[in-house]
Amino acid sequence: MPSPFILDRSSVTQVMAWVLAALVPGIVTYVWLFGPGILVTLALATATALAAEAAMLKARGYPLKPFLTDLSAVVTAWLLALSLPSLAPWWLIVTGTLFAIVVAKHLYGGLGQNIFNPAMVGYAVLIVSFPVQMTHWAGPLELTSAHLSLAQSATAIFGGAPKATLDAVTMATPLDTLRTGLLQQLTVDEVMTKPIFGHYGGTGFEWLAVAFLAGGLALWALRIIGWQVPLAFLAGVWLTAGFLHFYDAGRYGAPWFHLFAPSVMLGAFFIATDPVTGATTPRGKLVFGLGAGFLTMAIRTWGGFPDGVAFAILLMNVAAPLIDQYTQPRVYGGGTEARK
Amino acid sequence: MSRELFRFRGGVHPPEHKAESNSRPIHPAPLPRKLVIPLRQHIGNPAKPVVEVGQHVLKGQLIGAPDGAISCAVHASSSGTVTAIDVQPVPHVSGLPDLCITIETDGRDEWIAHAPLDPHADPATLRMRLRDMGIAGLGGAVFPADVKLDPGPTQHCPTLIVNGGECEPWITCDDVLMRHRADDILQGVAVMRHLLGSTEVLVGIEDNKPEALAAMKAAAAKMAFPVEIVAVPARYPGGGAKQMIETLTGRQVPSGKLSTDIGVQVFNVGTAYALARAVLHGEPLISRLVTVTGHVLRPQNFEVLIGTPLHTLITLAGDREGTTGVLMGGPMMGVPMPSLDVPVVKATNCLLVKSKELFPPLPKALPCIRCTRCADACPASLQPQELFRFAKAGDFGRAQEYHLFDCIECGCCSYVCPSHIPLVDYYRYAKAEIWAREKDKRASDVARERHEFRLFRIEREKKEKAEKLAAKAQAKRAELATEPEAAGAGAAPTEADAKKALIAAALARAQAKKSETAPKNVDDLTPEQLRQIDEIEARRAKIRELARQPLESDEKKP
Repeated sequence: MPSPFILDRSSVTQVMAWVLAALVPGIVTYVWLFGPGILVTLALATATALAAEAAMLKARGYPLKPFLTDLSAVVTAWLLALSLPSLAPWWLIVTGTLFAIVVAKHLYGGLGQNIFNPAMVGYAVLIVSFPVQMTHWAGPLELTSAHLSLAQSATAIFGGAPKATLDAVTMATPLDTLRTGLLQQLTVDEVMTKPIFGHYGGTGFEWLAVAFLAGGLALWALRIIGWQVPLAFLAGVWLTAGFLHFYDAGRYGAPWFHLFAPSVMLGAFFIATDPVTGATTPRGKLVFGLGAGFLTMAIRTWGGFPDGVAFAILLMNVAAPLIDQYTQPRVYGGGTEARK
Repeated sequence: MSRELFRFRGGVHPPEHKAESNSRPIHPAPLPRKLVIPLRQHIGNPAKPVVEVGQHVLKGQLIGAPDGAISCAVHASSSGTVTAIDVQPVPHVSGLPDLCITIETDGRDEWIAHAPLDPHADPATLRMRLRDMGIAGLGGAVFPADVKLDPGPTQHCPTLIVNGGECEPWITCDDVLMRHRADDILQGVAVMRHLLGSTEVLVGIEDNKPEALAAMKAAAAKMAFPVEIVAVPARYPGGGAKQMIETLTGRQVPSGKLSTDIGVQVFNVGTAYALARAVLHGEPLISRLVTVTGHVLRPQNFEVLIGTPLHTLITLAGDREGTTGVLMGGPMMGVPMPSLDVPVVKATNCLLVKSKELFPPLPKALPCIRCTRCADACPASLQPQELFRFAKAGDFGRAQEYHLFDCIECGCCSYVCPSHIPLVDYYRYAKAEIWAREKDKRASDVARERHEFRLFRIEREKKEKAEKLAAKAQAKRAELATEPEAAGAGAAPTEADAKKALIAAALARAQAKKSETAPKNVDDLTPEQLRQIDEIEARRAKIRELARQPLESDEKKP
């Protein structure tokens, strides 16, 4: 066995565990603001992901233990679950998770080999296939009449709740509301008077964003993620939104609203930072983040979906190898010329 | 005295484990009964043996003479009788045995006559003397010191850096050397300074060696020339020559160049000490300090004669149950020893005895998740995750494009990898493959050239033969021509006629050869068969004619 003979104590499991831990503040905030339904979603997605992972590992002849305990499937499950409406029907959760693990992860070669972020593939498949269910969000508790308990949420998710109950607790997200309002020729200021909008990013959602930001900063402090991707992503969103807002404040939302609207913080710190599918060079990470931020705003503004984080990240995933190739850092001493 | 330091990129900080072995004084290792001294202990050509089996040698006597420009002498470490000059196992990465001189010691440890050198001698003479003294770098690369002490035609290398970094965990031989023999080290440095024509002398010592720093500072104060003792942050591989240069001067050695190209030369403190022994006492390099640490009872540093078997040192430090192997060097770049019967050589800085507790078996590798911790840790600013991908895929060309050969194999990437991938192994494998292919290519190039030359030679011989024949023919024709001329005809053959005749002759030869080499398949046939062939040919001609007709009529249409 050649050198080195010692290793740092870090492991893939540890990295993934930190990512999960950093999601906890967001999840707690989520429960507090939107009710406990998300816990059911998380549990269902986790169970599905682990089962799918085990089945695929078995089918591919891989050992179960090291790959099931690396927690990467759980991270995928949680990221997808947090992107879904919290009272999404069970089949939506299962379909998305299965697609993420089976197709996006294992059919592309498993851990480390996938080109696209599995959670975002799952999300993209669902929003394209089931747009109605995917925009049926549980409203912030502050604004809804009925509060569902954990058991009631589970009943709703597993399809046992009457439609009336669901209608009482779900509503459009702030991005959805803004989009619909703008399509109805309202100005941003007029739309923003609706109660779904809070101080910055939408009632409830802004606090969620703050919680994800806190978790993300913790990951950065622990050196689990670098600063380049999140900062560039946020800068991409902020600059694009700022430019548009400056250009026509009546038609384009304020940059702070877009930063604190749902999914940007989660996307910037937890999804775009997926090392497997992102750019890897220091400058490449900046390009990757900026591109994802810009595309997010482009899709929100001109695209067919209210939110654009998932598609923006998937599009940048495609570009990542190219970005890497053109952003190779200068090596120590200038580097040897490759012998042709 | 504070100096602006520069941070080199990358690096890691593994647990140091220095305290185990650095507090005890230097302990001389006893004289072994048998010394095995390899003739190749340095980079460059191995030394040539100059003694015979059965010959009695004295301590410090030359037994291997330097061979070529980059080579170093080898000396008897003690007095005794040469009992063998043969191939023996040596502590080398390759694990291959090498030519060694075995000396049965007589226990008298009797020195050969030796006298100090003149430290102010002409640099060229002094360098030759150092080469004969076998002074090679003791920091790791074991480069002959006389070559490094030659600043080239300028006879000037502004900055001399003395490396007391010792960044590998566990190793403390440089640390204790600086603690106990700081004055001697700086005496050696003075000679280096003289040979290099340096104006600035910097000693870089990692800040986890406060005692060494203090001792060196005290010694520096006594020197007649300015020596700056600089504490550098402890971070692996901060003791690498290039990293030390960058930390102290902020400059990088360009890839593929030597540090002297930017006016800097770096020597290990051990080399400076060996040089001092050589110049001040006339002693060749026959011993060095070796750290014996890890899973032993008394980790410490020994002054060891070159050629002492490793097991002697481990016994001295106190064998323990549960040893799982011995490394020569540190845990980051050390080499596992297949046997403890191999001798201590000039490159042996540390014996690190492993145990399950200190060195648990490395966990199984998981797939790369491209987290780029390796890239963050890489002091060469490489993209190890890409190099790994290319090496694994056998895409060596791409690996080279991504600067594989700038990898210094420090192991930082493997150390930090959360997937526990033995990255450095992949790079070593890729480099070895590329070297092997280049070698193959060179071999096939040589073969091709040889073949082409053979063809050329055959062609040339043919031409020469033809020329000779032509000359002969012309001579004959001239002879013939002179006869009628003598008769008064006067029709002298021109040059053109000769050429024409030559061509005609060559054509005839070719024709003959062709008909000879390519027999027609109609030869040796019966008249009946020939008749049949004629019939077939006639039929074919007819068909061809028929086939052409409609085409022609088509063409005739307007």
